[in-house]
Amino acid sequence: MTARVGIVTFPGSLDDRDAARAVRLAGGEPVRLWHADGDLAGVDAVVLPGGFSYGDYLRAGAISRFAPMMSSIVDAANGGLPVLGICNGFQILCESHLLAGAMIKNDHLHFVCKDQTLRVENADTAWTHRFDAGQEIVVPLKNQDGQFIADERTLDELEAEGRVVFRYVGGNPNGSRRDIAGITNARGNVVGLMPHPEHAIEPGFGPGVDGLTFFASAISATLATA
Amino acid sequence: MTPAAAGPADTIETAAATPDLEQPYRELGLADDEYARIREILGRRPTNAELAMYSVMWSEHCSYKSSKIHLAQFGEKTTEEMREHLLVGIGENAGVVDIGDGWAVTFKVESHNHPSYVEPYQGAATGVGGIVRDIISMGARPVAVMDQLRFGAIDHPDTARVVHGVVSGVGGYGNSLGLPNIGGETEFDSSYQRNPLVNALCVGVLRHDDIHLANASGAGNKVVLFGARTGGDGIGGASILASETFDADKPSKRPSVQVGDPFMEKVLIECCLELFAAGVVEGIQDLGAAGISCATSELASNGDGGMHVDLENVLLRDPSLTAGEILMSESQERMMAVVTPDKLDAFLAITTKWDVESAVIGEVTGTGRLTIDHHGHRIVDVDPRTVAHDGPVYDRPHARPAWQDALNADAAEALPRAGTAAELRAQVLAVAGSPNLASKSWVTDQYDRYVQGNTALAQPDDAGVVRVDEESGLGVAIATDANGRFSKLDPYTGAQLALAEAYRNVATVGARPLAVTDCLNIGSPEDPDAMWQLVQTITGLADACAELGVPVTGGNVSLYNSTLAGDVGVGHIDASINPTPVIGVLGVLDDVARVTPSGWREDGLELVLLGTTREELSGSAWSGVVHGHLGGRPPMADLTAERALAQVLVQASSGGFVTAAHDVSVGGLAQTLVDSVLRFGLGATVALEEPATRDGVDATSALFSESGARALVAVRADHRDRLLLLAAEHGVPAAGVGVTGGDSLTLTLPGANEVSIPVSELRDVSGRTLPQAFG
Repeated sequence: MTARVGIVTFPGSLDDRDAARAVRLAGGEPVRLWHADGDLAGVDAVVLPGGFSYGDYLRAGAISRFAPMMSSIVDAANGGLPVLGICNGFQILCESHLLAGAMIKNDHLHFVCKDQTLRVENADTAWTHRFDAGQEIVVPLKNQDGQFIADERTLDELEAEGRVVFRYVGGNPNGSRRDIAGITNARGNVVGLMPHPEHAIEPGFGPGVDGLTFFASAISATLATA
Repeated sequence: MTPAAAGPADTIETAAATPDLEQPYRELGLADDEYARIREILGRRPTNAELAMYSVMWSEHCSYKSSKIHLAQFGEKTTEEMREHLLVGIGENAGVVDIGDGWAVTFKVESHNHPSYVEPYQGAATGVGGIVRDIISMGARPVAVMDQLRFGAIDHPDTARVVHGVVSGVGGYGNSLGLPNIGGETEFDSSYQRNPLVNALCVGVLRHDDIHLANASGAGNKVVLFGARTGGDGIGGASILASETFDADKPSKRPSVQVGDPFMEKVLIECCLELFAAGVVEGIQDLGAAGISCATSELASNGDGGMHVDLENVLLRDPSLTAGEILMSESQERMMAVVTPDKLDAFLAITTKWDVESAVIGEVTGTGRLTIDHHGHRIVDVDPRTVAHDGPVYDRPHARPAWQDALNADAAEALPRAGTAAELRAQVLAVAGSPNLASKSWVTDQYDRYVQGNTALAQPDDAGVVRVDEESGLGVAIATDANGRFSKLDPYTGAQLALAEAYRNVATVGARPLAVTDCLNIGSPEDPDAMWQLVQTITGLADACAELGVPVTGGNVSLYNSTLAGDVGVGHIDASINPTPVIGVLGVLDDVARVTPSGWREDGLELVLLGTTREELSGSAWSGVVHGHLGGRPPMADLTAERALAQVLVQASSGGFVTAAHDVSVGGLAQTLVDSVLRFGLGATVALEEPATRDGVDATSALFSESGARALVAVRADHRDRLLLLAAEHGVPAAGVGVTGGDSLTLTLPGANEVSIPVSELRDVSGRTLPQAFG
């Protein structure tokens, strides 16, 4: 059997088709979900893709969190459904309070697009268990509002509980606190990160294929529990 | 008192009854004889609304009245053979090219120059938005954008304002649409001071069956306006209208630069693609310059009947807009579709799904007329062809400028040359760090090049390459080039050299060149000097297209780039920008996985220089950077040699025996080597004595000559003989010049000079120029 991974399209989502391709190349079955529906169609995992939902005209992710689909996803995530938020998806997960902290404009105020090295700090989540802890990977980073912030207590908590999943290596590209590129929730089923693993899945179309492991992790995890 | 202030409804009856009413046609940019012609066409004076429509549609921007008779050369010089791959040619929103397997590609480059000086962010942003809507209108999914940017001198106090605004505008809009930016150009030259050039190219992909055209046919079909609401922005963008000439009571001029909403555009893209897929669109037109005036008159005149519009049905952002303003508004992110009545519900269901507002504003009729009512008053009754297609056509005076001969006589070949290895080394670094050749990462890192997951090459490679078919790997390469310095010296040759360079760049990555788009940025057509440059540019380009066998499929002409004429006067050598014909060439690759990058990642590859180097230094980067000089004659455009070189590069790529390739252009072979070394940070050891002796040139020419039809190729040692054989078959001179590897670029030059520069030093010199200027 094949794991069915839902990809939600919000108005202004940009990397939804890319995320669907990544799921397919990792061996899963992509299932397109529409923000205005509330039905998760029985998927085994969900990806909230990158983009500028609602133009990021308010705060990134601030409007999308009220989508009917997000209510269903919050409930399912609290029940253990693997959820990956990439870039704008990460911002939506923070706005939905599935993940801690918030994202503000990059410290240098420019959009930045580059191949970014990350260190995998936590290889026990639903989306990273096929990596090794401490492994360095390269995936594209591209955002305007990518500076991860949280109060010191929250940051200490994230560190203490091993909930920092990825850290920037070789220079902090946006001013994120403690070089944090991605985090998870206490249960380890919800992961958010700013860089784009769906753009590192095919040789010749991005910096390598490290991104495929994210999707392969979730697919194998859901099959193992099925 | 202006006519509109006399009452809101200047109807056709009123117009007929008040033939002697004075109308502000001159303020609207119409000449006396043009106004007289409108009266003759209508058999009465135009209503205010009609005057508004004619004035914008007969403007230079919309009617091409100064360039039309010359642009006809593109059609006349295109042979049947060149049309082989053309599905849609010049005249539609964009040309469409067959790339095989049922796939087609549409692409076009356009300018948004003047708005980008007035308001750089919005000017550049809406430039991207406009070209993207042209591509959607053809029925295609946009898949990539590129921007060709030219600014004033890098150290001029106003340049940073324009650069920051334009770059963030291109990024802010394009990034939000999910379109990878796969290349482009960024140049600085004082001729663009107060007159920056912001050109934007978009490429879209469609199946052959999906082509949509802008025509309104079938009486009874509905005309639907959808997307953003119509507001007061952009009025006067297409002509020089100031709204107070329409209503003296309005408190202020409305802004003439449009404001973009990329989120709306993104939703509109997806909405349109779903409408096309559902088969509910008969005809479609985007709203750009001249807004509803342009869309209604073009749709109606391209169709088989007429059109009636009830203007009060247009959804407004500002309820106080007059009929003339509604007709002229250039509010962004709007589209107009023709829909059969039985499919209207399905159409509206899709727009509703995407939260896109839509309004049925009229219908196709059988009258042959375009009629527009506003609250029951008939304010427009015209033959749409007279608005959209039968505008004035001028054969404006053009003459070789008085200063041209003196400029051509001042050859750079006579300038002093470096005498020592140390001087040559310093010149290589000066050229590499000069604003036009330094790393453009500061710009391009602000653009998303990855979205859609199909980008095989982007800047700084020779061409941007995107995959079209995931199964087969079929894809397209696009390169754009222009060299304003060459065009200043000789606009005929300059246009040919721009085409040759773009054609060569596409071949360098391994793609077969197929078709051309162009954006001709020139000075005022009312200045015989600039008009001569325009005619020379068009003629040179049309001749070169015929010789290379690639047709022009569409494009844009931007005139009146003569801001500095206000300071120095018409007829002065500096009155207009350097003529800048931006030429885009599209090529096809059967499998983008075989694409050739511009640099090497492995030691021990053999470097082969293809082509002949002549002593051609006039107009070169060397002459400008080292000597601050512009004069002489540009390099010769040897199109036979370009064609032969392209065949070698494409066949070497498809045969799988080329590892890297980079063309030789601005900055000469020195810059080609610097670029290739910096691509992946691996050095090379190069000896140029042998080819220099063969070609009879000295060290300066060997390094900095900008002779065309040349490329540097890196091959595995066991592939070298195959490459040399292939080059010999096509009559392309080839010379082994060195090997890759090491952490320096080491050059042995004629006269036994040796120059060695560490890769790290090259990276610093190339990388720091733009960040130092713009932070």
